Amino acid sequence: MTIMIDTGNYIAAKAAVMAKPDVVPAYPITPQTTLVEGIANYVGTGEFKGEYICVESEHSAMCACIGASAAGSRTFTGTSSHGLLLMHEMLHWAALARLPVVMCNINRVVGPGWNIWTDENDSISQRDTGWIQFYCSSNQEIFDTVIQAFKLAEHKNVGLPVMISYNAFILSHTSMPVEIPEQQVVDDFLGKYVPQWKLDVDNPITFGNIIGPSDYYKVRRAMQDAQDNAKKLIPQIAKEWKQKSGFYHGDLLELYKCNDAEYILLAMGAIGAESKVAIDEMQKKGIKIGLARVRTFRPFPTEEILKLGKQADLIVIDRNISIGLEGALFTEVKAALYGKSDAKVHGFIAGLGGKDVPYTDVETICKKAIDGKAKEYEWYGLEEA
Amino acid sequence: MKKYDVVTTISYPKIGAMGKTGSWRVFKPIFDKAKCVKCLRCWIFCPEASIKREKDDTISIDYEYCKGCGICANECKVKAITMEREGEKK
Repeated sequence: MTIMIDTGNYIAAKAAVMAKPDVVPAYPITPQTTLVEGIANYVGTGEFKGEYICVESEHSAMCACIGASAAGSRTFTGTSSHGLLLMHEMLHWAALARLPVVMCNINRVVGPGWNIWTDENDSISQRDTGWIQFYCSSNQEIFDTVIQAFKLAEHKNVGLPVMISYNAFILSHTSMPVEIPEQQVVDDFLGKYVPQWKLDVDNPITFGNIIGPSDYYKVRRAMQDAQDNAKKLIPQIAKEWKQKSGFYHGDLLELYKCNDAEYILLAMGAIGAESKVAIDEMQKKGIKIGLARVRTFRPFPTEEILKLGKQADLIVIDRNISIGLEGALFTEVKAALYGKSDAKVHGFIAGLGGKDVPYTDVETICKKAIDGKAKEYEWYGLEEA
Repeated sequence: MKKYDVVTTISYPKIGAMGKTGSWRVFKPIFDKAKCVKCLRCWIFCPEASIKREKDDTISIDYEYCKGCGICANECKVKAITMEREGEKK
């Protein structure tokens, strides 16, 4: 084990290279650039022995991932914001073809206006592509999640691509100490990749061919079953990694001080980490509040959230907005409770456009809801300059 | 042939999986053996494997499955294959 003090992107690059992908097609975009630059550097040092393909766009990057994965290769890439959106068609493709591509997405604002700071609208808008979606809150979690993502994606009961999202600059460009296990630990954990299907001249098949309504319907259902299987496997894989590496960041949710809590805050990504400080502060003041940091947006932790809704009132912070409705997490939390819990649920939009959300703001948000001064759903901090 | 367990959009080789696709044809390729120089370009380029390579390296056309795309006629450098509208004999 060694300690590496580095940015989220370089840590993700390290994790990706240690997972030994055969192919990494990549196209740079701020704030992802240093991730793929990091992997390119490992080509130079000889630590990355796979094929690094410089492609001409993110659409091509995902196409190359699909091609490589279909040929039976372990495949990794990274992107952000407009890059992710350019991939959109191919994200559906990778998931429908059941190809276990692993990708980091650095959560960045979508333009116009041109803004490279963080919010989650890029990945939230890819919700229905069939990809498993993780949201990380520290560089250690990025490292551990990238490694675990390969195991999950490639599992015979899953076979779906996995997206690991983390916040632009707050994580992507901020250095933190991260414990890096020995290569042998990662090798033993992941094992040899056995594709669920592949293009093979000795066993010819075609893929992406014409398919009638009844068979297509079954393909969709199989994807849903795979996501349900992932729900069961994510905790198992997290536990196994904990035994190997000592690190554990939660399952579908990370629960923080939720025992006896009368209020539970739900948030994703870096706000989830910041919220821990706010929870500590509020608990010192005698407020019975805990945190459930949502690590997987897909599969959505419906049962786990319902359990929380039977215990406490919920406060949801969304760093995204489904225009015309409300924050995406807020909507889905309410859906998880529907008809089965009487919990009050408050939704707050915060931090869009990369607007800072320090723990003091999280505290203000929670207090407003607890004191009964919040509307059911509101935008926090909009009036500030 | 190995079959995979995963339910996705993969399919396995089979003759006539989409039925007798020759019925889709609007134009029909007509082969003139006298002009054929046995280069086999038509055989290489036919996307549907509807051109059969004969023992003497000339070819025959499988009209049960040929969709009449005309690639063979386009590729033939000596015009040994010409396209003719179905039902219209020149």
